[in-house]
Amino acid sequence: MPGTITPIVMPKWGLSMKEGTVTRWLVHEGDEIAAGNEIMEIETEKIASALEATDSGRLRRLVAEEGDLLPVKALLGVLVEGEVSDEEVDAFVEGFVAPADEDEDEEEEEGIAYRYAETAAGRIRYAVRGEGAETVLLIHGFGGDLDNWLFNLDALAAESTVVALDLPGHGPAPTPIPDPSVPGLATAVFDFMDAAEVETAHLVGHSLGGAVALAIAAAAAPERVRSVTLVCPAGLGPDVNRGYIDGFVSSASRRQLKPVLENLFADPGLVNRSLVDGVLRYKRLDGVTESLEALADGVFPGGAQRWVEPGAVAGLGVPVLVVWGAEDRIVPAAHAEAAAGAGAAVEIVAGAGHMVQMEAAPRVNSLITAHVARAAA
Amino acid sequence: MARNLSMNEAVNEALDQEMARDPTVICMGEDISGGTGSPGEDDAWGGPLGVTKGLSVKHGDRIMDTPLSESAFIGAAIGAACSGLRPVAELMFVDFMGVCFDEIFNQAAKFRYMFGGKAETPVVIRCMAGAGFRAAAQHSQMLTPIFTHIPGLKVVFPSNAYDAKGLLIQSIRDNDPVIFFEHKNLYDTKADVPEGLYTIPFAEANVVREGDDATIVTYGQTVQRSLDAAGALAKEGIECEVIDLRTLSPIDMDTVLESVENTGRLVCVDEANPRCSIAADVSATVTQEIFGALKAGVRMVTAPHTPVPFSPALEDLYIPGADRIAAAVRQTVAN
Amino acid sequence: MTDQPFSIDRGTLLDAYRTMKTIREFEERLHVDVARGDIPGFVHLYAGEEAAATAIMLHLGDNDRIASTHRGHGHCIAKGVDVKEMMGEIRGKASGACKGKGGSMHIADLSKGMMGANGILGAGAPLACGAGLAAKRRGDGGVAISFVGDGASNQGMFLESLNLAAVWNLPVVFVVENNGYAESTSVEWAVACDSYVDRASGFGMPGVTVDGTDFFAVHEAAGEVIARAREGGGPSLLECKMYRFYGHFEGDAQTYRAQGEVENLRENHDCIKIFRAAVTGAGVISAAELDTIDAQALALVNEAVEHATAAPMPGPEDLETDVYISYA
Repeated sequence: MPGTITPIVMPKWGLSMKEGTVTRWLVHEGDEIAAGNEIMEIETEKIASALEATDSGRLRRLVAEEGDLLPVKALLGVLVEGEVSDEEVDAFVEGFVAPADEDEDEEEEEGIAYRYAETAAGRIRYAVRGEGAETVLLIHGFGGDLDNWLFNLDALAAESTVVALDLPGHGPAPTPIPDPSVPGLATAVFDFMDAAEVETAHLVGHSLGGAVALAIAAAAAPERVRSVTLVCPAGLGPDVNRGYIDGFVSSASRRQLKPVLENLFADPGLVNRSLVDGVLRYKRLDGVTESLEALADGVFPGGAQRWVEPGAVAGLGVPVLVVWGAEDRIVPAAHAEAAAGAGAAVEIVAGAGHMVQMEAAPRVNSLITAHVARAAA
Repeated sequence: MARNLSMNEAVNEALDQEMARDPTVICMGEDISGGTGSPGEDDAWGGPLGVTKGLSVKHGDRIMDTPLSESAFIGAAIGAACSGLRPVAELMFVDFMGVCFDEIFNQAAKFRYMFGGKAETPVVIRCMAGAGFRAAAQHSQMLTPIFTHIPGLKVVFPSNAYDAKGLLIQSIRDNDPVIFFEHKNLYDTKADVPEGLYTIPFAEANVVREGDDATIVTYGQTVQRSLDAAGALAKEGIECEVIDLRTLSPIDMDTVLESVENTGRLVCVDEANPRCSIAADVSATVTQEIFGALKAGVRMVTAPHTPVPFSPALEDLYIPGADRIAAAVRQTVAN
Repeated sequence: MTDQPFSIDRGTLLDAYRTMKTIREFEERLHVDVARGDIPGFVHLYAGEEAAATAIMLHLGDNDRIASTHRGHGHCIAKGVDVKEMMGEIRGKASGACKGKGGSMHIADLSKGMMGANGILGAGAPLACGAGLAAKRRGDGGVAISFVGDGASNQGMFLESLNLAAVWNLPVVFVVENNGYAESTSVEWAVACDSYVDRASGFGMPGVTVDGTDFFAVHEAAGEVIARAREGGGPSLLECKMYRFYGHFEGDAQTYRAQGEVENLRENHDCIKIFRAAVTGAGVISAAELDTIDAQALALVNEAVEHATAAPMPGPEDLETDVYISYA
């Protein structure tokens, strides 16, 4: 049986990624690799993350060296399945031409990258990836936007159609938040599903977006909701780090904001300049501070969550998965117990904080993929 | 939604949106609409480089062409600012400040102090600066140090389209007089710019590249040149931190000091003439505040102490280039 | 109301006299206090010119703005700036109108429409254009007055402002207080045109010349040009021919003057004496009433001096404040 050669290339994590630095190889030349194994760490402008192998095989060449800054789709290494000679591998490396980045054309990128839905709450930006039969809808949390799913969009799109939206009051062109409450946001997302013609979806909600997902499911499962994944969600218990929320809202400079954002990760070193700048860009838009203040007071009045409905998990009639970073400093992972008691599957991810979907992206991606597959079956 | 806009478009949009938001904002300057009183088209120019093109169509008589009388209309903008308006006056080329400087440095800058804190003068004076436009000695200067020298003035100098829009909106909303510089060579450079209004606070330098071996402090056109130098140096294993000051008064020395405390080496890059320049100011402050952190003498890369020459062959030598910046970094690192 | 030959009512005339007399006593006292060494810095006295400021300001409200000159005390008092705060300011006291940070040449009170005396000759003219522009945009009929001396009437920024005000049709009146001397230099020599009326017409606006020692003449002429400005008729130039009793600044030996010139001015061209004669002669106001005002004006100035003398100097903590509204 003739062998096959598969290139490992620099991934494109998110629309703005143009290049990445190979910070560390996690495997050695000659290792047998299975699809889904973490093979190297890559740092981008936004964040560092592990690259998972998309195929299986023996790692026959480490092409990229640690420290190399390489463009998206550059050759990093070579996987081989079956019998292939060294000469053939050399020829493959020699002859490898990185395919052109199809998003390079600016006009085209605009068209492919984002879509907009006109809803009662205003114009909502969203992104769509993949062409799977099942649709996964990603709902970010307080102060976030659809880029919070940077490391999840493409991975989940391998099996499903993935839709990620900006909640009202969030993203680069924030609309006013008509009703700054969990039910209010649930209504807005529901409107969005209609406007974007998402008939049924597997909801994945992070943080405040988790509470929103649960509220939507409580109202519309199983007709419109096939499964629910709650990632470090609000809505399951009273506690929330209001100091973080207030710090996020009031920080006016990089110096003030950086230590606040460090609360989001188990490893504060992940909060780099670009990540802080991105949040500052959002916060400096006219009206955002006022809008976030109103939202914080609406959903976390007096430092406690207003909308706490762990019991809702029990009556949904669709499977519920709860994923939590063990070191979450925003919403305590202990809240997962209430969901477990109501029948949800619970996965606590060690070594990750509130942004577990970024910090442990491969693990979270495989959990969601499996959960969606089970629910769809 | 962020679009890729040129700095020219970003400045236009900032003026347009802020005028729509705040009816007290007016703009005045020579030919900022263009064609006033002429037999041909209105909005004929939109400024000599088209930066304000189209605004008079949208905002009517709030976009005011002026006679060629810098002293009168800059002074009128200042007087109007003390009387409830938020004027944005365009001085066109900063080189023209010679004929209206009294109104800027003796009037606008001093009202608040002279009047015991009772005056507010929310005026913005936009002006084009910088060399590389083949415009010779009277249309190419930076002159930034002359303005930073004056207490009571704020001095802003964006290096890209995103900063230009946010800093201009901040300047218009600021209640003190602001000199807002626009580098002619940067008008066509593009960056992602949000559709909506946003502000960037003053005295917040932007660390545009991180590095541990040397700190390059600059502003304006030489930010990109410093980044080019840093890119070349990285290939030699020298990692530079590049700081874009963004505002020159107030100035974010904290960010500079923090960086130099880490790198121990400082290169100040300034397109202005060297004597009493921003580069000299930053060098002196760092030397005074954290002498012990310095591993090598501070180096300055500036224009020479000459007027801006006309001949392209000479003008290209005049502006600090990536090669000169890189050479200065190598010298500090060699020490 | 008794019949009287003036178009101004009796109460207003009493107020006008009080203003003129307060300015006079204020300046006479400063003349003495400077000689005694009680005043830091230098002052430019308005004594002799009181009728112009007083008559013009009678047409203005707090909504109207004036840009004054280095010789600004009279404009300040006539525009309603507090006399005690002025005296404190001139002595550099914390109680001053500008906390002692401005001094004689920079007294301002924007709440009264007084945009500041000005140490730079002619610099107020563009500022008045700006105030006029703001009034025009507000559409409330507000006007702005730019005061300049005959000397500053030759400054580029003043001449540019005449043109700009005419081009933009601004509600601005340019008042040239022609006291015959730019510092020590004669207006006859330094102003090339024969009359300010000609200069005004060169900028496409009406020009009027009045005897600045005649309160009633100034009042009438100013009333016309200010009304014109309020109604959208655009700018005008009003020349007030007047005399200053003291030098350019206190300490000026005034060797440029003719022998006996000042004595003649005080005897025959004192605007307050002329006013007094007119109103008493017409039987509108009695000498006794005016004497009472004289005493009250003197008392007010004395009280202002006492107040200023007793007031503290600014402290070291005041040195670096009030430069910016905010400075990160």
